Amino acid sequence: MTSTDSQPFLSVKDLKVHFSTEDGVVKAVDGLSFDLVRGKTLGIVGESGSGKSVTNLAILGLHNPDSTAIDGSIELDGEELNGAPEKRLEHLRGNKMAMIFQDALASLSPYHTIGTQIGEVYRKHTGASKAESRARAIEMLKRVGIPQPDRRVDSYPHEFSGGMRQRAMIAMALVCDPELLIADEPTTALDVTVQAQIMDLLKDLQREFGTAIIFITHDLGVIADIADDVLVMYGGRCVERGPKAEVLRTPQHPYTFGLLGSMPSLDGPVDVPLNPIPGSPPSLLNPPTGCRFHPRCAFAEKVPDGRCAKERPLLEIVDGRGSACHLTDEQRREYLTDTAAKAH
Amino acid sequence: MSDTTPLLDVSGLTKHFPIKGGFPIRRTVGAVQAVDGLDFQVAEGESLGLVGESGCGKSTTGRLITRLLEPTAGTITYRGQDISHANRKELAPIRSEIQMIFQDPYASLNPRHTVGKIISGPMEINGINPPGGREKRVRELLEIVGLNPEHYNRFPHEFSGGQRQRIGVARALALEPKLIVADEPVSALDVSIQAQVVNLLQKVQRELGIAFVFIAHDLAIVRHFSQRVAVMYLGKIVEIGDREDLYDNPRHPYTRALLSAVPEATVDEEPRERIRLTGDVPSPINPPSGCRFRTRCWKATEKCATEAPPLVQAEGNKPGHLTACHYPETEPTIPAPRLSKDPEAAA
Repeated sequence: MTSTDSQPFLSVKDLKVHFSTEDGVVKAVDGLSFDLVRGKTLGIVGESGSGKSVTNLAILGLHNPDSTAIDGSIELDGEELNGAPEKRLEHLRGNKMAMIFQDALASLSPYHTIGTQIGEVYRKHTGASKAESRARAIEMLKRVGIPQPDRRVDSYPHEFSGGMRQRAMIAMALVCDPELLIADEPTTALDVTVQAQIMDLLKDLQREFGTAIIFITHDLGVIADIADDVLVMYGGRCVERGPKAEVLRTPQHPYTFGLLGSMPSLDGPVDVPLNPIPGSPPSLLNPPTGCRFHPRCAFAEKVPDGRCAKERPLLEIVDGRGSACHLTDEQRREYLTDTAAKAH
Repeated sequence: MSDTTPLLDVSGLTKHFPIKGGFPIRRTVGAVQAVDGLDFQVAEGESLGLVGESGCGKSTTGRLITRLLEPTAGTITYRGQDISHANRKELAPIRSEIQMIFQDPYASLNPRHTVGKIISGPMEINGINPPGGREKRVRELLEIVGLNPEHYNRFPHEFSGGQRQRIGVARALALEPKLIVADEPVSALDVSIQAQVVNLLQKVQRELGIAFVFIAHDLAIVRHFSQRVAVMYLGKIVEIGDREDLYDNPRHPYTRALLSAVPEATVDEEPRERIRLTGDVPSPINPPSGCRFRTRCWKATEKCATEAPPLVQAEGNKPGHLTACHYPETEPTIPAPRLSKDPEAAA
């Protein structure tokens, strides 16, 4: 551990990821900043196309440099990753930072045993022998709760159930004790009872190893369960950030508020219609001007001079809490808090 | 249950998919018991929710009701007529009354057909000529589902996921059905769009008095949409009842575990009851004897392994609230997690 507590472990500043396509430039991520300290979980919420996965692939350096323009700074433990040589990134990936993907079946090779795949990562990064890496794979499988790990280490992915595959992938990600774990919708493809098992497992492992976790999901319920801090993304930008309890209880941005209001709960009223957000997510080829949420925002007209359509609202973060919206604090209190209390 | 005939009456419904052996003689070597003895009714204008995890047989049930599949055993009675083994010709008039909405709005619309052709397709097949012509009717339908009638000549790729699902709804409404089977109609959509489609379906259900079988894995959405809910596990209904009874007073251990596993977007001062099930759902090829949930149940005894619990009104249940368990839960909530988190203990 080289960094002190005051210095974030991962610091992303003004990150821009643009893809050139035949139709034009897709601004998938457009000016995103956040920090993450060790042992904490940052939940990134957003809908499809909001840029959550693109951000994390950029952190890992997994974008194709020929078609992607990455701008801004990504500092991991004081080391700049944007523009770092591929060799260095290769060393860091799997060793210091690792990723868990949504679809475990597609992310595992069908032709190799689980043990070989976990062991390979370990051998590559530590230079361990085959026997050592096999022992390590068994140990990891045991750690993630796979029964009879010494037998299952020789199984192929198709012999595992969905939950077990996800566990195996977590084992593979954690085999070199990474300090940063990026989990991209790791539970979306799983049933709720298995999802609960996997989230408990991630929490246990984090407590044990002090890993910093970025947890990407579209499910605010999952965020409420696992995250410490929440970052809400919309149209490639962060619209709101803050500690989990504050974001969920007193959302500041109309989008967060709309998301919370549109979800039915297990004990809410049933005979009233839900409050959907009108319209659909923006195209990032041709994003709306000003605030990207303004065409769908119920409160845009409350802001004078049509500022929402003209001027990009700045994200001001004070003590880790803030949102990018032109509404004044009073307006926010009036429109957002009242109804949020009613809905929950 | 009222004493009038229900719109749909399903009794002992069973579907086993045979598994064929290898070369050279493809003998039947086993069966996937996807659905095994379901009994339920759907009244006119009512919405019944089917929930459960993947592989529990909820989609197969939907396909049996719409007779896209033929049941292995049991009967499906639609408006007093047994359709379990009806042939194509006999089914023709019924097919127009039972429609389906699919999960994937990208796969369920023909990309080479215009919206107008897609929605008027069912009318064309059934030779229905509404007054004023099919095009007028399609424009009306587009209006009902909240799309611009001007979009008549557009193709599916010009629409977003939520809009495509609306097209699917319009197509299902084209023949004025009495029953719609909706198989995960919103799970492929973004969170902010899901509510739009749920509201649309609810509007359709109320205003047109259409009965729904609403299949989903999202318990909160099912509760919002369906007056009655059936919980399935490995091809069987383990609990069925009015939503208030089922969600507020779940009696089957599996229902409890399922409800407690749903993450909710609230930050509670006091943590909710949490039951952590260990292990995975067993294979439907070789389901456990007796109660199928017993391998993951913390209450299981010898009796559970030998005797399958019938789906009955457990003591203390309201009428219509049926539970298939030898030891239904009695306390309103279970306090602490009762299950060991160590999967090896269970293995």
